[in-house]
Amino acid sequence: MITVAEEKNLTAIVETAVEKHGAHADAFIPILLEINHEFGYIPAEAIRLARQKLHQPVEHVLVSEGQLYGLASFYHMLSTEKTGRHVVQFCESAPCHVQGGRELWKSIQQSLGLGAGQTDADGRFTLKTVSCLGICGVGPVVLVDDDLYGNVTPDQLAGIFARYE
Amino acid sequence: MKFNRSMVLVSNDPESLRRGAEEVFENFQRELAAFDLTDEVALSQIAEAGRPDILPMVVVYPEASVYGPVAAVDVKRIVEEHLYKGRAVEDLLAPVKELSGRVSWLKARKGAQPMEKRIVLRRAGRIDPESIEEYIADDGYQALSKVLGGTPMDVINVLEASGLQGRGGAGFPTGRKWRFVAGPKSDKKYVVCNADESEPGTFKDRVILEGDPHSILEALTIAAFTVGADEGFIYVRGEYQLAQRRLEKAILQAREYGLLGKNIMGTPFSFDIHVHSGAGAYVCGEETALLESIEGKRGEPRSRPPYPTTHGLWGKPTLINNVETLANVPPILLNGAEWYRSFGTASSPGTKTYTILGNVNFTGLIEVPMGITLREVINIYGRGMKPGSTFKLAQTGGSSGSIIPASLQDTPMDFESFKKAGVSLGSGALLVCDERTCVVDLAVTLMKFFRSESCGKCTPCRVGTDRALRILTSISEGQAQLEDLDTLLKLADEMELASNCGLGQTAAVPIRDTLKNFRAEVEAHIRLGVCPTGVCPMVPEAVSV
Repeated sequence: MITVAEEKNLTAIVETAVEKHGAHADAFIPILLEINHEFGYIPAEAIRLARQKLHQPVEHVLVSEGQLYGLASFYHMLSTEKTGRHVVQFCESAPCHVQGGRELWKSIQQSLGLGAGQTDADGRFTLKTVSCLGICGVGPVVLVDDDLYGNVTPDQLAGIFARYE
Repeated sequence: MKFNRSMVLVSNDPESLRRGAEEVFENFQRELAAFDLTDEVALSQIAEAGRPDILPMVVVYPEASVYGPVAAVDVKRIVEEHLYKGRAVEDLLAPVKELSGRVSWLKARKGAQPMEKRIVLRRAGRIDPESIEEYIADDGYQALSKVLGGTPMDVINVLEASGLQGRGGAGFPTGRKWRFVAGPKSDKKYVVCNADESEPGTFKDRVILEGDPHSILEALTIAAFTVGADEGFIYVRGEYQLAQRRLEKAILQAREYGLLGKNIMGTPFSFDIHVHSGAGAYVCGEETALLESIEGKRGEPRSRPPYPTTHGLWGKPTLINNVETLANVPPILLNGAEWYRSFGTASSPGTKTYTILGNVNFTGLIEVPMGITLREVINIYGRGMKPGSTFKLAQTGGSSGSIIPASLQDTPMDFESFKKAGVSLGSGALLVCDERTCVVDLAVTLMKFFRSESCGKCTPCRVGTDRALRILTSISEGQAQLEDLDTLLKLADEMELASNCGLGQTAAVPIRDTLKNFRAEVEAHIRLGVCPTGVCPMVPEAVSV
């Protein structure tokens, strides 16, 4: 559950996102992206609020909470579950895999003590796998929040993770 | 505009920044000031040119000398020697390899961009992508101006004569597609640029969008004029933040110049473009899934027919083209079909971009005429296999391409020759693997991708990719039986025949290619219980959550 303070904040964020992108069907995904960016995931309350703002039968914009949840659960960049303060994403596609990714993935799991999709107890890191990020020239690639790391070797991991509190 | 004697361009894409491009740029500012050259030498930031090995890259005009990789400490020498005294710093120039054989007519010059024929990438890394003035000064919006003085049929005729084929992977004739959308009468039509580049190992569209965003706006505007659309979308994959920002900025600039919006260039033609961000779904590169996604739905492909050319976005006729395809359009219209046909082969004219990856000395993006061979790509552009490694196989076109064995290294890479050889060119990713790569391990990786990216709408793909992954994993863990290989081939047949879209259909390819070309290696895992390359664990691994 989220706190009252967060909920006030949430109302403002949803309203701003709807205002920015407009209340029509081709804005649904951009709006959810903004909410996800603010919270690291899409709280259930945000879906309820967004639906209230977006559902406008007079304007022929019809949307259900189920449809918005369907979007949030379909796209990889959207999450329906609370994530840690930092999200570590490891590219598991073939180009990274053959350039040392195979070994690196084992080291990342050991170093964080996490498997794919897990969050650590103090909520610092969530570990995810991701499909190709399009910077394969410098594989293997690791993405921490919005920071990209290329040509990563197992011995660099401790230094990289230490930058995130 | 201020007149400058020289111009210095410093790359500032994410890779360059990670390698210290910011400091290089700051040092240039400081050193140019120290040598009192600030008024004579313009300093600007540019996108990368598809050569990650030389980043951060510095280009000095008018000589077009390319330096790279440039460290912050090198800057003083470049300013003092090259810009102050006028002689290039030889040892810092980017390396180039001399050419031989059929590509020898592509001139190579030391310190210049290497021996390629660049059409769609010609401006990437050469102009400031955030400046519409630089784009216009480099023939930008000339093609649009020419087109607006003629009829839509003129455009279609030139495109058809040029033989341009779609560069998203399928190779459909572009001119014909435009004719299909131009034909039907409708109160509303759309043009869409498919920039949801998600095929593993492919980043050609990213470099075009980041390095030359206006070329896509110009091409899309020409497309809209030709088919009779007044609204366009560029669907950019969500991870490509820089490309999205550059496109947004380019659109604002084009509107200011009257090149987008109402009455473009003073003609009755009006058109505008929206940038639409994806949210992370490989399947949205499939054109009908992409349309669903713009409409605010899950990216699940539609059943076809009807095709988007008649029933596309919100049910209206819609033209959808890949970024690289569109980037070819303005130069073709400007220089003519004959010019375009002078590159490539008779059945596949023009150039193709390839991303070279894997166990070669140079990994990155190149643009070369259609029809050169894989061996040439590896030896000339990839600068050979890494020391001590030999070629085993190449995987083309991301996950949905083919696995190319050594026997096909000398097949010309064009749509027709590859089709004849039973393989596919796909999006142009070339993942070169050496003898230390295990085909079973590679197949597991590819199938993991398909299972993860399957949208789940149709059963053959949703269930087929999962079952195939389980069997392939059991082979890598030494737990499979020989009969499992028959099951795999049966699954491949079923996925190919019964899947709703290309994702499920091509998921069959890695299975088939692996068993066709490397069956002995796969069987060794089962019969002998060993992985010949020593990559596979050969024991059940702990299930990762």
